[in-house]
Formats: sequence, C-alpha cells, structure tokens
Amino acid sequence: MSKYTTIVGLEVHVQLATQSKLFCRCSTQFGAAPNTQTCPVCIGLPGSLPVMNREALRLSLRTALAIGCEIPPLTKWDRKQYYYPDLPKGYQISQFDMPMSEHGYLEISDAKDRFETKRIRILRAHLEEDAGKSSHDESAARGDSLIDLNRTGTPLLEIVSEPDMRGALEARAYLDELKLLLTYLGVSDCNMQEGSLRVDANVNLHLDESGERIATPIVEIKNMNSFRAVERAIDYEAIRQYTLWQESRQKIGDVPKQTRGWDDAAGMTRGQRSKEESSDYRYFPDPDLAPVRFSSEEIEKSRNGLGELPAALRARLQSEFGLSLYDAGVLVNQGRELVDYFFAAVGQGAPAKAVCNWVSQEVLRVLKERELGIDAFPISAGQLVDFIAKLESGQLPSSRSREVFDAMHSKNQSADQAMQKLGIEEVDDSALENLCRELLEANPQVVADVQGGKQQAVGALIGQAKKKNPNADPGRVRGICLELIGRGL
Amino acid sequence: MQLTSLSAARQIALLRAGEASSVELTQAYLDQIASHDGKVGAFLRIDPERAIAAARKIDERRTAGESLGCLAGVPVAVKDILAERGERTTCASRMLEEFRAPYDSTVVARLKAADAVLLGRTNMDEFAMGGATENSAFQPTRNPWDLSRSPGGSSGGAAAAVAAGMAPLSIGTDTGGSIRQPAGMCGVVGMKPTYGRVSRYGLIAFASSLDQVGPLARSVEDVALLYEAIAGPDSRDSTCLPNEVLPVGAKLHQPLEGLRVGYAKEHFAEGLDSEVASAVQQALAQYESLGAKLVEVSLPHSRYAVATYYVIAPCEASSNLARYDGIHYGYRADQTKLVAELAAKKKSLEAAGDRHAAENLDTPLVRLYCKSRSEALGPEVKRRIMLGTYALSSGYYEAYYLKALKVRRLLRQDFDQVFDQVDVLAGPVTSSPALKIGSMKDDPLAMYLVDLFTVSANLTGIPALSLPCGRTTAGLPIGLQLQAPPLEEERLLRAARMYEQATDWQTEAPPL
Repeated sequence: MSKYTTIVGLEVHVQLATQSKLFCRCSTQFGAAPNTQTCPVCIGLPGSLPVMNREALRLSLRTALAIGCEIPPLTKWDRKQYYYPDLPKGYQISQFDMPMSEHGYLEISDAKDRFETKRIRILRAHLEEDAGKSSHDESAARGDSLIDLNRTGTPLLEIVSEPDMRGALEARAYLDELKLLLTYLGVSDCNMQEGSLRVDANVNLHLDESGERIATPIVEIKNMNSFRAVERAIDYEAIRQYTLWQESRQKIGDVPKQTRGWDDAAGMTRGQRSKEESSDYRYFPDPDLAPVRFSSEEIEKSRNGLGELPAALRARLQSEFGLSLYDAGVLVNQGRELVDYFFAAVGQGAPAKAVCNWVSQEVLRVLKERELGIDAFPISAGQLVDFIAKLESGQLPSSRSREVFDAMHSKNQSADQAMQKLGIEEVDDSALENLCRELLEANPQVVADVQGGKQQAVGALIGQAKKKNPNADPGRVRGICLELIGRGL
Repeated sequence: MQLTSLSAARQIALLRAGEASSVELTQAYLDQIASHDGKVGAFLRIDPERAIAAARKIDERRTAGESLGCLAGVPVAVKDILAERGERTTCASRMLEEFRAPYDSTVVARLKAADAVLLGRTNMDEFAMGGATENSAFQPTRNPWDLSRSPGGSSGGAAAAVAAGMAPLSIGTDTGGSIRQPAGMCGVVGMKPTYGRVSRYGLIAFASSLDQVGPLARSVEDVALLYEAIAGPDSRDSTCLPNEVLPVGAKLHQPLEGLRVGYAKEHFAEGLDSEVASAVQQALAQYESLGAKLVEVSLPHSRYAVATYYVIAPCEASSNLARYDGIHYGYRADQTKLVAELAAKKKSLEAAGDRHAAENLDTPLVRLYCKSRSEALGPEVKRRIMLGTYALSSGYYEAYYLKALKVRRLLRQDFDQVFDQVDVLAGPVTSSPALKIGSMKDDPLAMYLVDLFTVSANLTGIPALSLPCGRTTAGLPIGLQLQAPPLEEERLLRAARMYEQATDWQTEAPPL
C-alpha cells in the first residue's frame, strides 16, 4: 500500500491539421523563415478583423465527438487578455464560458494489466488561436528577444481532462490513446517536436492521514516536450510534493495554485515566478466574431463520418478474431492501414492468429528496417495468405519460411517463385526414409546412443540431413530416424 | 457658377456630360481648402499632387471611353481612421503618427473602385473618442459657422470639410453619434447605417460592436450616393451583413405615403436647448403638413443609454487598444533611457536599503509597455481604457459589462416596440448647438451627456441620420435626427429627402 495516490489531470493542446490559420488565410506550415507566414489579421494590425476558418471548426467537432463530448447548440468566441510580445493583439481569441464541446471521456487500458481499464472524463474541448514564438537570448548581455509570428493564429484544440488519472502510467496511457485517436481521426499530425501536441499536467497527492483523506496543493507543470517527459515530471513531482507535505503540512487551498516548469536535462521541476500566475484575463465575448451554431444534421454527419476508432477496432479484433488485447493493440497502434492489411489477409481465408503473428512480427520488422508504410509493402495481403497457406499445409517447411518471406519482399516474388528459386520442394516420405536410412548406416554410434536411451543423439543427424537435402524437414527427419532405430532399421 | 457649390450628384452629371473635368473639380476643392482650412483645420493631411494625378487619370479614362465607377472623378475626404495601403492612418494619435497600413480598408477599396478622388484625411478625436474633435493629438478643428466653436466630433473634420465646401463627400465613423452629432453642429447631412451594412475591415476599432462607417455630405441625395458606394457584404468582416444594398435611385425623391413619424417624449425633456426644441418641433410640424402622421412614443430605457454606452464602449476599447503596446508598430518609448532609469532606480532603492522595492521594480518589458502607452495616448483615450479595464475586471464584469448588455437588449426592445407603431423616429441630434472650443475639456461627464440622443442607435444597431433643420438666432445650425428600423436605410433617406425638399436649410453656406 502506497503512502499516497498521485492525482493527475491533463490539458492537451492539439494543433489542428488545417491548411490555414484559425482567423486568416496564412499558411500553418511548420519551418518557414520567421515572420513570413503573416498578414494584417494574424499580426493584429489596426483595423484588421478575424474571419473564422470553417475547417478548424469541422476538425474540432470531429475530435469532440470522438471523445464522446456533448456539443452545445451555441458556442462563442472570447478574448483572453494579457500583454506579451508574442501576442500582437494584446488578447488571444479563445473560448471561455461556452466551449464548443464538453463532458466527454476517453477509455484507457493496459495490455500488461498494470491498471484496470477505466474512463478518464474530459471536462471540455475548446478552440483557440496560438500565440507566436519568443526566443530569449539570455546569454547575451543585452538580453535581446526575438519574436516569430508564423505560429500566431494557428488553430489549437485544448482538451482538458478531469483529474481522473492516478500516476504517471495512467497519464501516459491517456496521452498514447489520445494521440492514437487523433491520428485515426486525421485531425492533427501530433508532432510534439513541432509543437503540434503540447501537454500541461495538474498534479497533486491524496494522502490518508489517520483515516482522513487529505489533498495537497495542485501544481501545474509546463514545458514537457515528450510523453516520456510527462511521465518523469509526474513521478518527480509526486515525490517532491510528498516531501514538501511532510515538511510543510500544506493542504489544497492553503496556498495559491503554483506553476512549475519541467527541466528535462536536470530531471526536475522548477517554480516559476508567482507574478506570472496571478493574472486576470478579463475575458469577454469577442465583438468581431459571431457565435457559432451547430445544426443537429451537421453533428450527425460528423458523427457518422468518424469511422471505426481505435477502441472499437481493438474490441472487434479481440471478439471477432480472437486476438489478445496485446496483439490487438500492436496492430491498432500501427494505424488503420495495417489493420486493413490484416483484415484483407484474414478475409481471404488465412487464420487470424497466424496472420497476426506474421504481421506484428515480420511485416512490422521489415517496414521498420526499410522505413516503409504498409501501403508500400511489397507483399500484398493475397500473397501473404498464399504464403501462410503453404506453411500451414507443410508445403513450405517452417524452418525455411523466413528465407521465403525475405525473398518475397526483397525480390518482389510470389511464394511459389521464391520457393522455386530457393529450391524448396516437398520431399516425399520414401525419399526421406531413404535419406535417414543412409545416415543411420553411416553413423552407428548415433544408433547405439539412441538404443542406449539417449534420444537426443539423433540431433547430430538433422544437420547432415539438411546438407544432403535442404528441403528435409528437421521434425520429420528426427521422427523417421527414431522410428527406424526402434524398428531395428 | 462655382463647381464646389454644386451637389456631388450634379457634379457627376457634369463630369459625365463632359461639361467639367475631374481635374477642374478637384482643383476647385483644393483651392477651397487652401483658402479656408487654415482657419478650419478640418484636414490632417492633403496630397494635392496625388489627388490631381488621380483626377487626371480618371479624365483620361473617361475620354478613352472606359466604363467608370459610380463616383468617378468626385473628390472624397476620408476620416483618418480607415486604413489605406501605403498611406499614413493616424487616428489623430501620437501612437500611430507614423503608421502606414500595408492594406486597404474595404471602404477605401470601394472608394477606389468607384473611381472617387481621394482628397485627404480629416481630423478627428483621438481613436474617435470624444465629441468635439478637441482630443486630436495634432490640431483642433473649428466650426465653419463660428470659428470659436467646435464642429462636434469625433468626425468633426469630416463634417467641417463638407460644411466649408472643402469636399463634396466625406467619410466618417459613428460609434456613439460621431457622424450625426458633428453633421448636426455643422449643418450638413450625415448617416450612420445599420450596424453591419458597411464593412469595418480596415476601420481602426474603437468599440467593435458599435462602430459603423457612414457618409457625410450637404444633401440627402449625396449621402445616399456615397452610402451606396461603400455599403454591402464583405467576407473579411464577420459582422458585416449578407444583405445586398440596392440603389435607391429616383425613388429617393418620392415622398413616402402615409408616413408615421414618431417622437419620443423622453427626447423633449429638461436640458434640451429651447431653440433646438423649437426647431425640432417645427420639423415635426413640417412632416405633418407633408401628410405624415405624428405619433408620440416612449423609450423608457433611453435614460440608461448613456450609462450603458459608457460601459460597453470603454470595455471594447480597452481590449481593442491593447495592441498599441510599442512592440510591433507605432510609438515606442526610448528604450535606452528607460533601461538606464530602471537601473538607476534600482541602485537608489538598494542604497536606501529597500531590497523589497528593488526586487519588485518593473521589468524593462513592463516599463516599455507603460511608458509607450503613457507617452503616446491622450488623456481621454487613457480614461476610457481605464474605465473599460476596470469594468471587465474579475469581480466587476457581471455588475458592469453583463448588466450593460442586458440594458442594451431592453433598449432594443423599446425600439422594436416603437417601430411597431411608427415608420421613423424623429428628434433632436444634440441637446444644444455647437459649443465653444474648450468648454468641456475639464468636464468629461458633461461631454459624455452630449451623446444622449445618439448612442441608442449604436447600442441597438439601427440606422440613423442627421440633417439640418434650422438655425439659432446666433446663426448656428440645428440638426434633426431621424431613426429607422434595421436595414431601412432607404426609408430613412426618403423620409429625410421629403423634409429636405420642403425646406432650404442645406442651401446656405457658412460665412467663411
């Protein structure tokens, strides 16, 4: 029994995969020269006005429905006001009290059973525009800062969870599942390095103190640049907060919410200046933008277009095809195209378990080695089915299956062609018996050893058999030899 | 015949007939400006060469038989609040003194498309905040009817330019009366269209939910001409209405049959100047004599209109003006000086042993924001930013901003009910004629009350128009305000024209 439970809530900012920004027509392409993807609207020049990007709204609606959110009939835009050089209007257009979606959930599970399958409630998901990027040159004595406004106005969907995760493992599972879902939906490229996915974590502890449940003050952690960093930061923070609790006995409400930044190199969180926290954003409805109404047809159309999502797909792979949660997860995690490849193979009559094994091991190995997507994989589902059938029928000895498989993808051959090129053919029983008889006669010591009870001595003959005939199946060679010795040759 | 004494409609006819050229016409106005604007101060900038060059080009195109826009060759003055590509747009503020917009506002683009000759930029209250054009950072504008008096504001330059015959047509903006009030005080016609009729794209925002661009001219017909040139849907302004604007054409001159003219008893209460009251009463009687039916109506919530306006407008202004921070464009305080000052202050605090104060000194960034804004914004602009910031602050938002929005809805209900009974509402534009320059400089509350009769049209979004309806014994113009339901500009213009045809207030020119 642990001394405390770590409570985690996550705020995830997802950059939506639109061609243009949320309120103007500038490109959202990453990596352009600084301040080249800007216009009077996104840099907030006097007199410019925002016009909403319908595609961003469409992608948000799709995401919100996929995480089971309710869609209110009316949503509006608010201005969140603060001063910073990378915020050229002096306010960010966001959604405050009427977000475009709320009250959803995401189910997380663990193939290794380290926690029970559970629903993480989602408080809300709302749309907002991104700020620009500041680079502070603090090493130089002059302390110059550079501002790049290319990112300003990029559409972000902020997905806020309830504090339903218990520790880093569940937080990681939530992020993995969310990222997978977003990838299936095609709403974001989810590239953390390019800032397409940003995570802030709210962490505190619940302790049991002589029967009374106590909560420690909530800390918001920022600056985490990978899922691994999120895990590490939560783990670090739990220990730090427990130590602090023992010293200070501060409970939630005793001190204002603190913001701490994660220092990945140092492996620790650091407090940020309290001045930056106590902001009054003076939210009010943006008079430049009309409220947005979703019609029920629009919502239904979006819902019907979601397609089969990862959770449903995993469930179907388990129930219809008898795969384990782990195997189903391996396939689903690779994306819908790989699952479709699996379905195509199984649909042509190959046994699901065998297809799953070949796909999740050999196919994935080759894709990784050759840096290919499944769409470019040389072995078609039909060819894989043919290959597995030959293997199952014994036509292709399992000892040589990998050779054939490798020839198929590297030389673009069918199973037949590969086997022919490799000289693989089925050896009939009489030929095999003759071969074994020959070997036993040439190796009396082996015969004597077996007769003396050392059956494993036959192993020495298997290598020789393969030399004489590469198609000799080791299992059958072994069986025939033992039988011959038993019969007294 | 003096070209500048003709209406823009007449000038267009002459230009089309080849009886005058745009160069002649433009030069005539430049001459008027040269002789009068030294006294009036309506223009912040004129560019005679550019105007003449533009006029010449239009004349050439006309000679070549090209098809031209609806205002081809006619000069237009533009309030210095609308962006024009490559040109300065200052909002009469030090903050934007050197600001050049890299794009055209929709209104300016439409004037260019209509082949108007852009004559110059007119003076205004800084960021359109004020009612006397005295809050301009650059110069006051004087009323052409009495140079010791203000032309009203904030579009004081726009109104004075037209009144003094220095421009036939002029673009203003109206957030709480800024077109109608100076039009009334300068004896010209000015219209604030329905909110959303004219695109706000490129209009430097004061209060986004109230701001509207509109025309000023010496006649209702000219106002209609300019309105039709600039109004209509615009995909770059989400609040711009999708409704097409149809030209009123010859219908403008047809009297409205069975017109019901309402007058609100609240408009004739205490505080209304007696000469203004009697001029407006006579105007109502004039309508009656033209066959209209007069109906007394009530606007019970109008007494809260000014208070409501002075919550909503500053709230939006405080947000809209946050972008003037000295970082990206506009005025920036002297950084070197500021950093040195901070360092010196820190040193002296440390020397005095006040470590706490030394540590809590502003960062250079915060100080840059403060100083840039303090140095470049005028007192009235600062006052409104502070009012709005306060009203939007956590803990006050519900009591001020949300409450104001509720009253705004009630006010709109009042007007909806009134327009169930009448076709147009008539009344005074302001409670008094033009005021002495400087008379209200130290009394912002009195200044705010000048907007008493005009702010309701902005809060409710309805179209409203001001036209001359008399003179005081001292010879100052008196304005009549007409208001109509949303999108009923045509009705408003025809009702105004009906009165104008029967009177001759617009034919007189100020004694310059």
